[in-house]
Amino acid sequence: MPYQTVTDERKQIETSGLTPEQLLEALRKMHLIRAFEEKAEALYALGKIHGTMHLSIGQEASAVGACLALRPDDTILSTHRGHGHCIAKGAEPPLMMAEFFGKEVGYCRGRGGSMHIADVAGGNLGANGIVAGGLPISTGVGLSLQMQHTDRVCLTFFGDGAANEGAFHEALNLAAIWRLPVVYVCENNQYAMSMPMKAAFPIRQISERAAAYGIPGVTVDGNDLLAVYEAVQTAVSRARAGEGPSLIENVTYRWRGHSKSDRQRYRTRDEVKEWQARDPIIRLENLLVGADLFTAEQLADLGAEARQTIEDSVAFAEAQADPDPATILEGVYA
Amino acid sequence: MREQVLEKASGEPLQAANRELTYSHAIREALQLAMRRDERVFMLGEDIGVYGGAFGVSDGLIEEFGAERVRDTPISEAVIAGAAIGAAVTGMRPVAEIQFMDFITLSMEQLVLQGAKMRFMFGGKASVPMVLRTPAGSGTGAAAQHSESLEAWFVHVPGLKVVMPSTPYDAKGLLLAAIEDDNPVIFVEHKLLYRTKGHVPEGYYTVPLSQSEVKREGRDVTVVATSIMVPRALEAADLLAQEGIELEVVDPRTLKPYDADTVTRSVCKTGRVLIVHEAPKTAGFGAEVAAEIVAGEAFDYLDAPIRRLAGLDVPIPYNRELERTAVPQVADIVREARALARGEY
Repeated sequence: MPYQTVTDERKQIETSGLTPEQLLEALRKMHLIRAFEEKAEALYALGKIHGTMHLSIGQEASAVGACLALRPDDTILSTHRGHGHCIAKGAEPPLMMAEFFGKEVGYCRGRGGSMHIADVAGGNLGANGIVAGGLPISTGVGLSLQMQHTDRVCLTFFGDGAANEGAFHEALNLAAIWRLPVVYVCENNQYAMSMPMKAAFPIRQISERAAAYGIPGVTVDGNDLLAVYEAVQTAVSRARAGEGPSLIENVTYRWRGHSKSDRQRYRTRDEVKEWQARDPIIRLENLLVGADLFTAEQLADLGAEARQTIEDSVAFAEAQADPDPATILEGVYA
Repeated sequence: MREQVLEKASGEPLQAANRELTYSHAIREALQLAMRRDERVFMLGEDIGVYGGAFGVSDGLIEEFGAERVRDTPISEAVIAGAAIGAAVTGMRPVAEIQFMDFITLSMEQLVLQGAKMRFMFGGKASVPMVLRTPAGSGTGAAAQHSESLEAWFVHVPGLKVVMPSTPYDAKGLLLAAIEDDNPVIFVEHKLLYRTKGHVPEGYYTVPLSQSEVKREGRDVTVVATSIMVPRALEAADLLAQEGIELEVVDPRTLKPYDADTVTRSVCKTGRVLIVHEAPKTAGFGAEVAAEIVAGEAFDYLDAPIRRLAGLDVPIPYNRELERTAVPQVADIVREARALARGEY
C-alpha cells in the first residue's frame, strides 16, 4: 500500500501484521469488556447481582491482545478476574450476562456465576476461584494437545499473585521439560489483593522466572494492545511449532478494587489516576487514528454501541428463567 | 507368575479356572488392557517408568507402551493431578499415580477444588474422565507420613468417586470400570494387598462401580469391611466358624457413590453388624455405613448396637507392635464379632 506519510503508528501496525478490521474488532471487544464490567458493577450496586465480582477495568488490552493471537480452536484458562478473557475469546455477552444473573441459559446454567464463568464449546475452560488453580490444568491441556498431535495451543492467564503459588512452579516446570504448547500469560496488575508486587517479589520482573525453566520470558506494556499481541503471537508460534512454552508478563493495573469488599487502603488516589491516564482503550483509539486507519468520528460510537449490546444482554438475561431447584444435582457426575 | 493356559480342541487358549495373579499384577494387567484398547488412556506419575513404580505395579509397561504413555513426572503432586485434569477435560483418559496416599495432600487443591467441581461449575458441559491411583495403608514400617488411609476425605467431596478394591479380581475389574467412567475416580490400593493372590480371569472385564459385594455368607453377624480389612474379616470368619459363629462379610468396594442396599439386606438377615476399616474411627467411612443402617429399614432388624472397629485416632507409629496396635488385626475382628454374636453388647 502506498503511503503519503508513514507515521510511527503506521509502522507499528505494519510490524504487527494485524489488519484494520482485526484492530477495529479488538477495539470493539475492549469496549465490550469495559461496558460489561461497568454494568456488572452497577447491577451489583442495585442489588440485582449477588455474590462478589472481580473487575478487570483498565486491563482490557491484555485480554484482547492475547486472545487476538489465538485461533478459535485454541483453549484458554482464565482467572477470578475473567470477564475480559471470556469476551476476548469470543463468548456471547447475553449468555455471559445470563450466567451473571444465575439463569438456566447462562454458560454454566447458573451454577458457576462470575467466578467460574466458562465457555467450554468456545475454548474457554473457565474463570477460576483459586489463585493459580488453572496453571496445572493448563499444563495438562497442553499435554493433551501434544499427545493428540494437533497444532492447537493452550493459553492460560494468571495474576502476579499466582506467580507466588507453588502450583506456578510445578506447572511451568512440567510444561518446560515436556515442551508443551502452553503460553503462560501473567497479568501483573501490581497488587495481589493488597500485597504490592514490589513487596512480594525479590525481582523486578516476573518474567525473569522463565530463566528457571529454560523458556523465553518477556515483559511487555500490558496496556498496549500491539505489544501484548506481538509477544503472545511469538509465543503461540513457538508453541505451535512444538518448541514449548513461554512466559509473558503483561504489566497493567486494575482500576477498581480487588473485589467488592476492597476499601483500597493500600494505594493512593493519585496512583490510580496516574494509571487511568494510560487507558488502554484510548491508547488503541489514538493509535488507529494516528495511523490514519480510522477517523475519530468513525470510532466515536463504539463505546455507545458496546453499552447498548450490554443493555440488551441485561434485558435478555433478566427475562430468562432461573434453574429449577429439582435439577440441583445435575452435573455433579457424568 | 504361574499361568496355566489350557488348550481347547480348536487350539484357542482357554483360560484356566484357577488362573491366579497377585493384586499388583491384576492392576498392571488392567492398565495394560486399557491402554491396548483405547489410545486415549495413558499413565503419569513419579517413577512409574523404568523404575516400575514404587511398588512395582507398572513394571514393564513402559517397554510395551513407551515413555509417551507411561510418563515419568518430576516430584510434583499438584501438577500430576492438574495435568490429569487438564488432559481429561480435553479428550484424554489419564491414569495418574500418586506414589503414597499421604502425598495426595499435595494434590488436594487440584483434585477437590478443580477436578471434582469442574463439571458441575460449568453447568454439566465438561467431563473429567480420569483415575488417580494411590497406595494407602500401614503395615510396612514406613511410619506416620507414608501409611495414611485418607479415603474418607474424598468420599466427602461431591464430584469424586472413591474405589477401594480388596481382591485381585476386583482390583482389575474395578480399575477397568474406573477408567471407563467419565468422572474423576480416586482408586485406593493397599500396599499389603499387592502381594496377595487370587483368581483373575484373562481378558477384559469390568466390575461395576457402586456395587457392594457379599464376600462370604453367614447368618450371625454382618461384617462390613473395606480394603485390607476384607481378607482379615474373612480370616476371622474362618476362625469363628470353628466355634459355630457364621460371619457374613460385605465389601462396599466403591465407597462413593456407596451401595448401601447390600449392607441393609445383610443386616436385615443377621441383626448384628460390625464395621471394620483401617482409617481412624472418628468420622471414618464406617460412620457413614452405620448412619445408612440406622436411617433405613435395617434399623428395625438390629438386635445389638452397631459396633465399629477402626484405626485408633493416632498417626501411624513406627515401632512394629505399636503399628499393629494402631489398626484392626484379625484377632481384634474375632474378639469383636464373637462378642456381638454372643450378645455381649
